[in-house]
Amino acid sequence: MAVGDEKRVGHLADSPPGVVWYNDPKWRSLIFQALTLLAVVALAWSVVHNTAVNLERRHIAQGFDFLSTTAGFDINQTPIAYPKDASYGRAILVGVVNTVIVAVLGVIVATILGFLIGIGRLSHNAVVSAISTAYVETLRNIPVLLQIFFWYFAVLGLAPHPRNSMQPIPGWVFVNNRGIYLPEFRFGGHSGLGLLVGLIVALVAIWLIDRWARRRQRETGLQFPLGRTALGLIVALPFLGFALGGFDLTLIPAKKSTFNLTGGIELIPSLIALTLALSTYTASFIAEVVRAGILAVAHGQTEAARSLGLTNGQTLRLVVVPQAMRVIVPPLTNQYLNLTKNSSLAVAIGYPDLVSTGGIVLNQSGQAIEVIAIWMAIYLGTSVLTSLVMNAYNRRMAIVER
Amino acid sequence: MSAIDTSSVFVRAEMAEARAAPISTTGLVGWVRTRLFGSVFDGLLTLLGMAIAASVIWSIFDFAVVRAVWTGEDGGVCRTPTAGACWPYVTAYWKQFLFGRYPAEERWRAILVFAVFFGLLAPLALPKIPFKRLNALLFFVGMPIFAYVMLCGGWFGLEPVETTMWGGLLVTLVVAVTGIVCSLPLGILLALGRRSKMPIVRTLSVVFIEFWRGVPMITVLFMAANMLPLFMPDNVDVDKLLRALIGVTIFTAAYLAETVRGGLQAIPKGQYEGAMALGLGYWQTMGLIIMPQALKLVIPGIVNSFISLFKDTTLVLIVSIFDLLGMIQSSRSDPVWAAPSTGTTGYLVAAATFWIFCFGMSRYSMWLERRLATGHKR
Repeated sequence: MAVGDEKRVGHLADSPPGVVWYNDPKWRSLIFQALTLLAVVALAWSVVHNTAVNLERRHIAQGFDFLSTTAGFDINQTPIAYPKDASYGRAILVGVVNTVIVAVLGVIVATILGFLIGIGRLSHNAVVSAISTAYVETLRNIPVLLQIFFWYFAVLGLAPHPRNSMQPIPGWVFVNNRGIYLPEFRFGGHSGLGLLVGLIVALVAIWLIDRWARRRQRETGLQFPLGRTALGLIVALPFLGFALGGFDLTLIPAKKSTFNLTGGIELIPSLIALTLALSTYTASFIAEVVRAGILAVAHGQTEAARSLGLTNGQTLRLVVVPQAMRVIVPPLTNQYLNLTKNSSLAVAIGYPDLVSTGGIVLNQSGQAIEVIAIWMAIYLGTSVLTSLVMNAYNRRMAIVER
Repeated sequence: MSAIDTSSVFVRAEMAEARAAPISTTGLVGWVRTRLFGSVFDGLLTLLGMAIAASVIWSIFDFAVVRAVWTGEDGGVCRTPTAGACWPYVTAYWKQFLFGRYPAEERWRAILVFAVFFGLLAPLALPKIPFKRLNALLFFVGMPIFAYVMLCGGWFGLEPVETTMWGGLLVTLVVAVTGIVCSLPLGILLALGRRSKMPIVRTLSVVFIEFWRGVPMITVLFMAANMLPLFMPDNVDVDKLLRALIGVTIFTAAYLAETVRGGLQAIPKGQYEGAMALGLGYWQTMGLIIMPQALKLVIPGIVNSFISLFKDTTLVLIVSIFDLLGMIQSSRSDPVWAAPSTGTTGYLVAAATFWIFCFGMSRYSMWLERRLATGHKR
């Protein structure tokens, strides 16, 4: 419907004189919508009907009962308990946790790398900006699946056999074709608990101090060195908790057994390959987002800040960054979502994420519709939740216009 | 006129002492001083960056040229511990990289399709070449039909070729081009639907767009591969490649719809009002006034969507359709050629191919953006 047609409809209750009803925009709109709805309903009905008939004929079970059936396949990374007799539902849950692990790791690495390279592209230093440009133009023009394969098969696949593990820190860190083995951190007594409590107290304290400092600055104009205070608190308080809890931490490296290394923290090759590929690939996009955001801050803003007597650091911290972040954050969130969605490529190298474990369940149980529905619901839920949060953020951050 | 009395005024009799010349900021030396070694930190950064760049470039050159194996009958020559790129593997397999398992005696058909494709694309993409409208019609309507007839066969005495035999770059291009040609009209309709004032149409469009944008492409492909046959009446058998194409088209249409919507929103309201004042109906307004302007604005966005689609075509290998990457993935473990460096060589070839296509398209899009900037920005 054209914009204007609707306006006329708003003003006139009935058809204008001399216009046949089927030429009246109001009726046309109603009829068109009814037809569209009818077509969609008919299509949906035919799909449902066909599916029911096909499932009946192929003797495929329906419903979500299969989720409680025993899975009977192994998963090579189980951050939550996955016993031998665990159900399909449990297997998918393990997959969800694994997706979260790779997404969080990827987002952290991609953000750090992306900001460094994005700022690097704007650097005055010719070498730094050339390297950053080359990085962005190379990485973002090569399919991410190819990059995953490269890391998994061409780099990690060539790592030595467990018997001749490489030892970057001899006796503590081992690298072989089964993965990377880091020493395990074991806290004795209450020191682990103390550390955790200290961390939480520090975070709450920083939040409170931040609120107080903002209010004070609004009222009196006095600034508070929040960054240094926060850094101090976040180091000191957990350490204090750790000390009060008994000061007890042992590092337990992996041990060599007959065929492989046991113990320690094991990072499987597929996790490393996936994290590396996703984060370096996404970093090239984040770099462009960051660059665009910084360039979007008008030059007059920097000049005005300097003429007000702000130092370089203050200009950056108080004037440029807050305005750049307003431009950067929405596309940055999009990139985080893309990274999460791209983590589903794990299935190609057998990292047991949501799609991988779900794929095995799909093949074993044959219940394609239910499994795909679970996948889509989880990814869609994440996307919708993120956009809701983003919209709220945008409303808060938007420039208040006249 | 008398001479000026110099006793009461000061006149400088000798030159002032010359100041040291300012540090040069022009020329090569100046450039090095300001752009490379502006400060100690800057200098360290420069040296570190140069070291990193040199090591990366050298390791690629070392692998691809210095340590590379150039000739050989099988993978044996590449199985030495120091061997770099295994080029004989690429020589042996390059036809499969291009055409997959497409029968050797029918490959001329695929080559002809490639030729027609690029032959029509070049004059379409370059400015100042006449007959754009005819060219576009041939490219978007004629070419797909021609490609379908030539590649599938079965008509005009051409040998039928199952799509399961297709592969390599051929499939990559087929998926990418079909994806964009079919999803563009769908995307435009969805964008119009989302901007519509009719609540039912708008809601349906929003739900459709947001649904497909919210899920990963891999689940869409799984859905197309596993669920589409269930959706069809029993006697309809959908080809595997066609299923993937449907999935790719729907997925891309949702993204294109958002791109086009961006263009629609950028058109000032006066354009709609002007069209209405001239007495144009909805489709006339859209087709003659709004769309030509909106699409021009979003051409770079469309090219960007096409680049992502082109990269995403690699995902079809997960539902066992062998595109370029799929062919490399399946041939690198061929026992005849299996060697530690075979996979890396294959990935290098694929990366270079994809990079050339994608980088070329992104440069084209940037150039187009500059060319189309007709000074409407206020």
